[in-house]
Amino acid sequence: MTTTVSATAALALGDDALVLSHRLGEWAGHAPVLEEEVALANIALDLLGQARVLLSTAGDEDELAYLREERAFRNLQLVEQPNGDFAHTIARQLYFSTYQHLLYAGLAATDGPFADLAAKAVKEVAYHRDHAEQWTLRLGDGTETGHERMQRACTALWRFTGEMFQPVDGLDVDLAGMETAWLESVRAVLHRATLTVPEGPRTGAWSAGAGRQGVHTESFGRMLAEMQHLHRSHPGASW
Amino acid sequence: MATAAAHQAYGTTEDTADTGAYERAFDAAVAADERIEPRDWMPDAYRATLVRQMAQHAHSEIIGMQPEANWITRAPSLRRKAILMAKVQDEAGHGLYLYSAAETLGTSRDELLDKLHSGRQKYSSIFNYPTLTWADVGAIGWLVDGAAITNQVPLCRCSYGPYARAMVRICKEESFHQRQGYELLLALGRGTPEQHAMAQDAVNRWWWPSLMMFGPPDDESAHSAQSMTWKIKRHSNDELRQRFVDICVPQAESLGLTLPDPDLRWNEERGHYDFGPIDWTEFKEVLKGNGPCNEQRLTQRRRAHEEGAWVRESAAAYAARHTSRTDGASKPGETGATRA
Repeated sequence: MTTTVSATAALALGDDALVLSHRLGEWAGHAPVLEEEVALANIALDLLGQARVLLSTAGDEDELAYLREERAFRNLQLVEQPNGDFAHTIARQLYFSTYQHLLYAGLAATDGPFADLAAKAVKEVAYHRDHAEQWTLRLGDGTETGHERMQRACTALWRFTGEMFQPVDGLDVDLAGMETAWLESVRAVLHRATLTVPEGPRTGAWSAGAGRQGVHTESFGRMLAEMQHLHRSHPGASW
Repeated sequence: MATAAAHQAYGTTEDTADTGAYERAFDAAVAADERIEPRDWMPDAYRATLVRQMAQHAHSEIIGMQPEANWITRAPSLRRKAILMAKVQDEAGHGLYLYSAAETLGTSRDELLDKLHSGRQKYSSIFNYPTLTWADVGAIGWLVDGAAITNQVPLCRCSYGPYARAMVRICKEESFHQRQGYELLLALGRGTPEQHAMAQDAVNRWWWPSLMMFGPPDDESAHSAQSMTWKIKRHSNDELRQRFVDICVPQAESLGLTLPDPDLRWNEERGHYDFGPIDWTEFKEVLKGNGPCNEQRLTQRRRAHEEGAWVRESAAAYAARHTSRTDGASKPGETGATRA
């Protein structure tokens, strides 16, 4: 393996996990039911654990998390999208954890640099995926309000899903096969939830789909400002 | 529910002779340090005291998530962020155990949450203070969780079984939190001058409210005597407060921090640290709702609950439809009774 190539991939996957973990952490104290306080925090912790391993293979985890500028982050735009209502959070979880589950299952089967991490993480992510699917069913096939909100969320985030299958240097997986499997799985869940599969494009105009190249959406800068502020206010301090 | 039915059968009996026998059996069990279990007969006042105390404890866990969650998104290292997230998650878990333990007495979580939201039940006043800096996360762990443990360890031997068992698990996790808070402050105390100042400032602000967590002095404590007889409570407020002070003084020295009390000194004769007078006016004001964050904490709790209503309703509608559905093809909107 060549270090530089796998560092690029480690940053892409590590930033996905770091940023989504942060967004889920924003739910603490605001969840709709106590069981979800536990579940969302649990998923956030799993992702943070993955992020720390991945970022550490690319450099110092704290330097990478706290001292990079927005344009240097390589996460998908999907994971940085604000939480919105619970339906938006669940739609984001459904799209991402289905992708991450397929990706880690694929990586675990290789003998590449991410095989060990993927083999461990795929078990956690299976649970994240199940959690998202179960909630998609409950919101989509529950009350009318639940159905409307879930439909709106799935549609709103649809255009951020194409980027997941863009090639990343150092990620040796069958992206085309993954995309087919992803579409099949998400369609099946939405169908069972009595939701309509969104029809719009899966990448937007010039910017959507460019997170892997360091082009992000507006809310991401604010998220980083909050995340990095304390660390940056005390240069060189240890915590 | 079988448990509630059994209690009703015992608890509402008109037969005073029988009640007398039950009461004697209850008193004997408590005196012999046996555990009272959900199906056992118990005096109504014992039940009410337990529900009040367990509810207040559960509410404190979930309201207590707020001041710490306030720092999750700003935690200064990924390691600290993981520790803090896990801690706030533990508190949600403690809330779950305690609401479940209260359910064994025939009171539902919804009922208790309603009472919290409408202000009819309280939570620990300590959470009405704000977390102003990162060091407050450490001070809460060291002092607030430390005080909570001092209060709660004796509850592991509480006469009511489900509460005692929940407390065993909670105390293990709390003592972990207390050590994490101490370790956070230690890192700040040994850090830059700015970090040290941040830690000292946090300890200055949290010390006195932590001492108030043990409740009013023994001669003014409304519920103490009866709770001691029932072995819900094992030590007096002042005893526990003194125990806490004695533990904290040497720990503060190890941290390189001072405690904001000029009267604090070792009393050879008593074998304890003497400490200065507590401002009970402040305690009463915060209890009455005039603390810095009372309004904010309750507003956020109510808002989370109200904004989550549609989620809970949708889940309930889904569950109802999928346990009763026979045609397998109804669409949202068809079962009118479950619509929001």
